[in-house]
Amino acid sequence: MMLQSQLLSVQELNGFGVGPVSITLAAGERLAVMGASGAGKSLLLRLLADLDPGEGKVTLAGEPRDAIAAACWRRRVMLVPAQAGWWASTVSGHFELSMMDTAVATAARLLLPPDIMKREIRVLSTGERQRLALVRALARQPEVLLLDEPTSGLDPAATEAVEALLVEWSRERKAIVMVTHDAMQAQRMAHRTFTMNRGRLMPA
Amino acid sequence: MNVISLHPYDLAVASTLILLDAVISLVFRLRLHRGLLLAALRMVVQLVAVGFVLRYVFGVGEAWLTLLVIFAMVLVAAREAAARPVHRLRRGGFLISLASVATPALLTCLFALLTAIRPHPLLSPQYAIPLAGIILGNVLNSASIAFSGVLDGVGVQASAIEARLMLGDTYRTATAELGRDAIRRSMIPIVNQMSAAGVVTLPGIMTGQILAGLDPMEAVKYQILLMFLLAGGSCLASMVAVYLAAARLTDNRGRLRLDRLATG
Repeated sequence: MMLQSQLLSVQELNGFGVGPVSITLAAGERLAVMGASGAGKSLLLRLLADLDPGEGKVTLAGEPRDAIAAACWRRRVMLVPAQAGWWASTVSGHFELSMMDTAVATAARLLLPPDIMKREIRVLSTGERQRLALVRALARQPEVLLLDEPTSGLDPAATEAVEALLVEWSRERKAIVMVTHDAMQAQRMAHRTFTMNRGRLMPA
Repeated sequence: MNVISLHPYDLAVASTLILLDAVISLVFRLRLHRGLLLAALRMVVQLVAVGFVLRYVFGVGEAWLTLLVIFAMVLVAAREAAARPVHRLRRGGFLISLASVATPALLTCLFALLTAIRPHPLLSPQYAIPLAGIILGNVLNSASIAFSGVLDGVGVQASAIEARLMLGDTYRTATAELGRDAIRRSMIPIVNQMSAAGVVTLPGIMTGQILAGLDPMEAVKYQILLMFLLAGGSCLASMVAVYLAAARLTDNRGRLRLDRLATG
């Protein structure tokens, strides 16, 4: 596919357990990060989302991160962690009314039950929660998605649905950084794959 | 006023109840007797010492001495409030506690002295010190419950708070429920105290005044005034405590900084 203009640029990013890391992501690009547990993959995603303090030059569509309000940055460069948190007791409590239609459509594409919005979080399975966290993020229309093992608890059909949706979504001038332990998934999904070792990224 | 003066002998008779508690502890192997006796002894020594100090301060009647005593009480209250939560701030905990305890207590105290009690002189120790004492006691409770609500609660709610941050909510929005919970919880004791006053219990101050020979209606009026002051001071204290503790757990990029918490 044709890769478009540069979307996310990271230069000499350093933080707790990570760095220095330098990468650039073009609009429409999908990047996979692999590596052993404890190598710093999740910490890298947190640093990119500005959830942990770090140093370095990070820009989004040419705008420096420091010039963008923190909440606004995290809405544009959004992290979906391996185990997402939930603040309301019901699924619908995590969506604004205006997001509901898009969310219901995305949930259906990810093979979630039709009445999922009416359910309580406590009765959901791990796989349902994992897909819902993705639905919740996509409903807020980020520009870059940072995904930490997005299909680790899913069956093959659900995994395929998630992958297809992400590929389609990223084509609309969006970008994805995805941490995965599945080399086949990295091959299927990513334009480039990196390996993380002791906080540093190397091309795989 | 008809005050029945208590003789040390009367107190000695009453102290047999503590000895009875200690015996019960020994018989039922509650392992309470040592702590109980020590606490009773501490209480007697502390109160007698305070009695002497107050008698001296009342005798001198100087405003600076009254302020000095109140200042010392504020420092002790701030230390207590900061020490109670299981999780503490690595830095700045005492200063936040001092601000949360001192500001509401002193404002409420001053408010009462200027509007309701109006003693001459304003900082007359007979009024200012007991008033500051009871307000500080309550403010200390509210502030420490509020601190605990934020500092102990933030760990439990961390994943929910961070989930909101990741989705682009501000730190203020993400921690709003934590703060509301902490304030609500810290106000429960004073709400209970007001609801139960006169029906379930006779409040301590009122009982003390009636025992000291004051007309019950006068004692009631003082108690009502105090309850209003305590409710006002408690609410103010928990709000300041929650706001400052939550502010300490973030940085200029609105992150949740759990690394600023220490256990124990």
